[in-house]
Order: sequence, then C-alpha cells, then structure tokens
Amino acid sequence: MTVLVFTETKDGKLKKASREALTIGRKLAEAAGGELAAFATDAGVAEEAGRYGAKKLYVANAGPYLTETYTAALAQVVKDVQPSVLLFAGSSNGRDLAPRVAARLDAGVASDVDRLEWTDGKLRARRPVYSGKAFATVDVTGKPAIATTRPNAFPAEESGAGAAEVVNVSVDAGQPRVKLVETKAPEAGELTIAEADIIVSGGRGLKEGANFSYIRDLAHAIGGAVGASRATVDAGWIDHQHQVGQTGRVVSPNLYIAAGVSGAIQHLAGMSSSKHIVAINKDPEAPIFRVADLGIVGDLFQILPVLTEEVKKAKAH
Amino acid sequence: MSSVVCISHVPDTESRIRVSGRKIDETGLKFIVSPYDEYALEEAIRLKEAKGGDVTVLTFGPDRAQQGLREALARGATKAMHVKGEPADADSLGIAKVLAAAIRTLEHDVLFLGKQGVGTDNALVAPMLAELLGYPQVNVVTHLEVGDGKLTAHREIEGAEEVLEAPLPAVVSAQKGLNEPRYASLKGIMAAKKVAIDTRSIADLGLDESDIYNQRVTVVSLELPAEKSGGRRIDGSDPQAAAREIVKYIRDEAKAL
Ligand SMILES: Cc1cc2nc3c(=O)[nH]c(=O)nc-3n(C[C@H](O)[C@H](O)[C@H](O)COP(=O)(O)OP(=O)(O)OC[C@H]3O[C@@H](n4cnc5c(N)ncnc54)[C@H](O)[C@@H]3O)c2cc1C
Ligand SMILES: Nc1ncnc2c1ncn2[C@@H]1O[C@H](COP(=O)(O)O)[C@@H](O)[C@H]1O
Repeated sequence: MTVLVFTETKDGKLKKASREALTIGRKLAEAAGGELAAFATDAGVAEEAGRYGAKKLYVANAGPYLTETYTAALAQVVKDVQPSVLLFAGSSNGRDLAPRVAARLDAGVASDVDRLEWTDGKLRARRPVYSGKAFATVDVTGKPAIATTRPNAFPAEESGAGAAEVVNVSVDAGQPRVKLVETKAPEAGELTIAEADIIVSGGRGLKEGANFSYIRDLAHAIGGAVGASRATVDAGWIDHQHQVGQTGRVVSPNLYIAAGVSGAIQHLAGMSSSKHIVAINKDPEAPIFRVADLGIVGDLFQILPVLTEEVKKAKAH
Repeated sequence: MSSVVCISHVPDTESRIRVSGRKIDETGLKFIVSPYDEYALEEAIRLKEAKGGDVTVLTFGPDRAQQGLREALARGATKAMHVKGEPADADSLGIAKVLAAAIRTLEHDVLFLGKQGVGTDNALVAPMLAELLGYPQVNVVTHLEVGDGKLTAHREIEGAEEVLEAPLPAVVSAQKGLNEPRYASLKGIMAAKKVAIDTRSIADLGLDESDIYNQRVTVVSLELPAEKSGGRRIDGSDPQAAAREIVKYIRDEAKAL
C-alpha cells in the first residue's frame, strides 16, 4: 500500500505546503502499514523528501509547471505505483493539477481538506465549506483516493529517515498545447500570504493607501506577509494578490493580525481558521472581535507604530 | 466566436447556514449565481460583443437553477440550457461529466467557468471538464485576450502571475479582477423572458445516472463549527500598554517571536 504525494520545489528545496502534505501522507501510510512515495521534478530534493518520510522519489524531468505535461507525468507514475492515496498540497499548481489527474483516472477528489484519517478502511477528510460556516466530512473512495491539503492545516514534521531512493520516470507527454509566455514576478522580497506563517492585514480603517506603510512596517518587523480586506483592494490601495477572504485567498497562518478591518463575513471566511488572531479596531462592536483571541479596542494609528517598535525590541533580545 | 458559460446556483454569501441531515437546510435561503461565474459570464458577453457569436449559459441543477439562467440571459447571454438534476448528490467529476456531455451538443470556441463555486468551494469542475473534453485549461484567470484560434490569459499563482497561450477550444476559469460584471438592463430582462430554455435530463444526454451519482466522494456529515465566543478584550487607549500586551501574547501564546 502506497501513499503518493505530488511535491513542488523552489530553489532546490521542497515548498512548505509540500512538506506538510508529505507529513500527513506519511502518517496515513504508517497507519495503514504502507509506504510513502513522492513525485517531484527535481532529484535534488531526495534527501529532504526522505527526511519527511518518503522512501521513494519519482522524478520526472518535466520542466516548469504546465498542466498537460505534469498530468501525463503524474498519471504515468500512478499507473506504475498504483497508490491507494494521492495527495497534493493546495497550492496554485496542486489545485490546477489534482482535478485534471483525477478526471484522467476517473477518481474523486476531496479538495482543501484540513483533516485526513482512515475510517473503516476509507480515506475520511474534513473540509471547510460555506466560508467556514460549516464543515463537511467526506469519504473518498476509489483508487487512488485523492485529496488536496489546505496550507498550514497539517504541521510539517521530519521523521528522521535517510534520503529517498530516486526513480527516474520518462514521460512522453507530446508537445504541450499551452505555452508559458512569461511569469510576472512579485515585488522582490515581499512574502506572499498564501504560505506565510504570520500575516498582518489592513482594512479601510487605514483611511488611505499610503497608510499601508503602518501595516508593512509591522509585517516587516515581525517577518510576516501583508494582507488586506477587499475594501482596500477595491479602493486601489493595494494589489488583489494581498486580499484575504472569500474572493481573495483563504489563509490559515499561525498568527493573523488585523488592523482597521471590520470583519465582514466574507473576510472572516478567509482567515477565521488562523491559529492565533489579534484584532485592533476602534469599534468595540466590530465583528472581527468575535473571532479574535486577543482584541484591542483602540486607534490603529496610535497602536501600530508602538507595536512595531516593541516587536523590534523583542526580536533584538 | 461562441462560448459556453457554466453557471452554478449557490446560497447567497450572506446567508445564515443551517444544517439538515448531511445537507444544508434550504428553507428561506436566497440563491444567487455564484460570484466567480459572474466574471465568467461577463467575459463571454464582452467576447460576443467584440467578435459576434453566441453565449450559451449552461447549468446542471434543480428547477430553481433556471432563475440563474434567466438572470444570465438578462445580462446578455443569447441561449440557455438546463440539465435537470441534483448536483448536491453528485460529486465534482459527476457534475463535470454532465457538463461535458451537454457542451458536446453546443457550439463553442471558449468554455468559461468560475474558479470555484462559492459555498462548496471545491474548485474542481473546470480542470475536470477540460480533461474530459481533452481541451487545454487556464485556471484562475485575471486577464484574457482572445485572438484567432488562440487565447492569451493571465493566471494568478502564489504572489505572481503567469502569462499563458492556449489554442482554442479551451477552458478558462475566472478569478475576481477579470472584469467588472454589468447589471441587467430592463430591456435585457424583457428580452430574456422570450428565450426558451433548452431543458434536458441526464438520460437525454446519453449518460447513465449511476455514473453521475456514483459517490466517489460522499458527504458523511455536515456540522456547524463550535461558536467562537471571542477571546480576551483589552482597552487600547494606552498604546504603550496595549503594544506590550500584544507582544506578550505573540511571544507566549502564538510563539511567533
Ligand atoms: C460576494 C462578496 C465577496 C466579498 N469578498 C470579500 C473578500 O474576499 N475579502 C474581504 O475582505 N471582503 C470581501 N467582501 C467585502 C466585505 O463584505 C466588506 O465590505 C469588506 O471586507 C470590508 O472591508 P474593511 O473591513 O476594510 O472595511 P470596513 O467594513 O469599512 O471596516 C473598516 C473598519 O476599520 C475600523 N476603523 C476605522 N478607523 C480606525 C482606526 N483609526 N483605528 C482602528 N480601527 C479603525 C472601523 O471601526 C471598521 O470596523 C465581499 C463582499 C461580497 C458581497
Ligand atoms: N451544477 C453546475 N452547473 C453548471 N456549472 C457548474 C456546476 N457546478 C460547478 N459549475 C462550474 O464549475 C465552476 C467550479 O465549481 P466547483 O468546482 O464546484 O467549485 C463553477 O464556478 C461553475 O462555473
């Protein structure tokens, strides 16, 4: 019995979301007395994949991500390995690829899951639905049972094993029809909210776009990414990439700090599963306080600069 | 240049969700066209306005889903097809199979979907549909240009954007930012009433219901989260004291310092 995990790499290392998927994949494999295997396009991560429990690393020389080539490569490995479970991290590519591969294999997918376990020999998953207003528990049948994991929901843990054995896969994907013309890179040095452990978000309480500097300064001091409410994105104060919520990104970092964000249901949909939530708002009735673990009723313009200084001091210690 | 827009009909995002068995309780719920499908529809209408052709809106759903088709017609879609069924009892691949079979009977160069149906938030149908039809796909699209026999689309990824080129026919899934959807005009609403909706059953499309409702993914329970009562609240009128309190929390509880 094999659990196969699709992994992605960046600068020769496994992405965090992939390490998380490997960790839960290993736990599922162990619980069923099976083995963890990984798929990658870079043999350089064999050692790291091994540390996260992979016994074998299937490596396809598939180049930069394109749906068609990766689907062909992964479907090939699935055919060879016959895994019982196939996991993808819920990254942009994972979510693009998982359903395409599933349709090729005539299999179902549980997407964006935050819990995975075996129940009566079936893969059982929990997924937030209706903007986190409910949780659906689903059984995935079929071989393989496929799921995409919600980033930050499964902590990455090494298992201390040695390097995974590399198995090269040759794939004939044909000429892909879709062509990658260019990748427009983000502003250098800016952390993205998708994978960040800490996010500092600003809302309309900032009054104007230039005041996002209050948010950026704190984010920079604490080592977090900058998030935003839709109201600020719509006002043109900040790019849509930063938007948290139903029509932005769903995030669940370890720490989420919201300042001047009212906490509309669509915003909460994107962040209420964060592990620790701090809210600063001058209105004691603001709905954001209902999900906050620590709420500060006060003026963000007075509190944020002092907080940034205090964080810097704490970091210097 | 013709397109098909797949629209799903979902509970209004402001709705209070109640549970009834393994499903949501639909009594009193207002249903809307899923917000991402509105971007998909708007893009298709703009394409038609620029290059001619038809915009067919397609939905797989119960009778109430016709309301969504009427709305789309009022905004500028020219044709509509309703495949009757209960998507809540199918899984995403079942839904994609229904849509694929319907689309094979419709004229199309571009297929537009939302990046995800709001509510169930699966984000699965678009790539599944593309695979079933053997078409290229570009997902989470924020900008689109359709030229002769090909399209150029911007795909949103973590903190960056890819510019991709694909030959037609192709599947595009819409992300917020693609466009600003228009409202229906009075003239549009009147015109929409005259369009006959082509209504089919799953069997009409030559499909076997047992494959559509075969439950590769089955919901075993649906639960509301434990009510969060809200945590500790402090007065921020002394910024220095408040900042120290926050740092203490971040260090001791979140362990993020
Ligand atoms: C279909 C749909 C999808 C949506 N998707 C999203 C989404 O993905 N993400 C999202 O965020 N929203 C989304 N929205 C919008 C959402 O409903 C809210 O309008 C939006 O989140 C409000 O943003 P805000 O909190 O910044 O602004 P406001 O609601 O205006 O809140 C500003 C807050 O700042 C506080 N404030 C003002 N001055 C200060 C000060 N000096 N110090 C401290 N606090 C201060 C105020 O008390 C207030 O609570 C969506 C809406 C719809 C209909
Ligand atoms: N029942 C349906 N009828 C028509 N289109 C649908 C249906 N379900 C999903 N879609 C389309 O598929 C997209 C993605 O939905 P989902 O994969 O369910 O999140 C939606 O935005 C719609 O464009």
